[in-house]
Amino acid sequence: MWAVLKRFRQRFSTRHLLVPSRAREGLAKLAVRRVGHTFANEVVALRNVDIDVHSGEFVCLLGPSGCGKSTLLYALAGLVKPSGGHISLDGRDVKGPGPDRVLVFQEPALFPWLSVRQNLVFVLRAKGLGRPEAEARAREFIGRVALTGFEDALPHQLSGGMRMRVALARALAIDPSVLLMDEPFGALDAQTRSHMHELLQSIWMRDRKTVVFVTHNIREALVLGDRVVVMAGRPGRVLQDLEVRLPRPRDPDDEALVELSRRIRAMLGRAERASNTPPPMALTKENTDGEAAAPAGRVPDGAPPPVGAGL
Amino acid sequence: MVVDGRLGSAVLRSLGRLAQGYFLSAAIGVPLGIAIGRSRVLQATLKPLVLGLQALPSICWLPLALLWFGLSDRAIVFVVVMGSLLAISISTEDGVAGIDPLLLRASGVLGIRGLRFYAGVLVPGALPGIVTGLKLGWSFAWRALMAGELLFVAGGLGQLLQQGRELLDVAQVMAVMLAIVGVGSVVDQVLFRIIEVRVRRRWGLAEAT
Repeated sequence: MWAVLKRFRQRFSTRHLLVPSRAREGLAKLAVRRVGHTFANEVVALRNVDIDVHSGEFVCLLGPSGCGKSTLLYALAGLVKPSGGHISLDGRDVKGPGPDRVLVFQEPALFPWLSVRQNLVFVLRAKGLGRPEAEARAREFIGRVALTGFEDALPHQLSGGMRMRVALARALAIDPSVLLMDEPFGALDAQTRSHMHELLQSIWMRDRKTVVFVTHNIREALVLGDRVVVMAGRPGRVLQDLEVRLPRPRDPDDEALVELSRRIRAMLGRAERASNTPPPMALTKENTDGEAAAPAGRVPDGAPPPVGAGL
Repeated sequence: MVVDGRLGSAVLRSLGRLAQGYFLSAAIGVPLGIAIGRSRVLQATLKPLVLGLQALPSICWLPLALLWFGLSDRAIVFVVVMGSLLAISISTEDGVAGIDPLLLRASGVLGIRGLRFYAGVLVPGALPGIVTGLKLGWSFAWRALMAGELLFVAGGLGQLLQQGRELLDVAQVMAVMLAIVGVGSVVDQVLFRIIEVRVRRRWGLAEAT
């Protein structure tokens, strides 16, 4: 009896922590308008996606694999040209990649022949900084990701987490107006990942950079994001755009956060069941993107979907 | 032969020609390989040509070289260039094709363009391939040079070898052959080995031992 009441109270008390995001005043920093994308093999990756990202916001795109969230991020970066709709940054249409929108990939993508310091200096010099400024800035950002002492190490001499930190430092040092991150911590072990979350939170709380962060990990999205845009696949679309009102810095084991993640998981589960009936025959048969979703009817009622199972 | 300095001067003469031809073919071959690796049009047009010409033993260029350049050092240098150029550009192209596409994508995202992209990303990225090409090119060049010098007498180790045959001096022939092997393997094993190991280690392709 008390347990039920407690559960009820908990549910009620967390209600105000996750609310539908309201349209904000002013021009969006990054505006995604009715973006659709269809791959050459007729798979609809995105359909009618509308997202506004405001300056200084940390937006997480959350969804199961194959929901088009990475495609959307690549479109934001300019690496993919969406087949429909517009994407604009500060009112200008996005055409091709550029250093105003730096993308951090799933892998660190460091230049293997350059040391940690040279990796930063090289891209800073490409941005037009003089050598002394570039050196100073590189040193500063290596310090920010706590890699002082490893300046002259080569990427292959570092651990996976350290490499990712170098990639993060390199992206931050360029000072893009939007930082795009594509599941950057997906390949790291759980402990390293939570260190990275702490680091990213502390860095973000310091400079309030505009970030769009793609993940399939619900708790990661809730720990990091001001807003969580929940997406569903086939076709890729926005299910809900939620505002997370948890105080920072956030702890992934915080009760309220766990409760919120349960709610999002339930929502994703419902969406998946809804899109699985009737069975998408054409899609499962022709799904060539390697991330063939679970066939229709495989997800039993009540069981959590594979989303976020990695945590 | 060693004492009267004939061998020494012949080696120098041969190496001088080799250096000319080899540097020329490296200077053409590496950019050519990068261009083929980067451009789809060149990939479709020049690559089959380069691969086809590779099937032609380099000494087969000698008649053409003699017609174009006459009996001069330039003809030999031409043969050397034709012998090593193709190997260098094929291997360079391989190196370019082998660059992690993620790295190229990341370069675009990080705003690395133009000359900085070529000099700072493509060439270092393809360097393991380029070094292999230069090593291959060196041995092809050395062979082409020897063949050329044998057929067309104008000083150098090849001529010394031919002279030995004409004088029926087996000792000279063998000594010159040894010298050819010696020069070839010293450069190959010592110079290129060191460069290759260093590059591979730095690039993280081989464990430092």
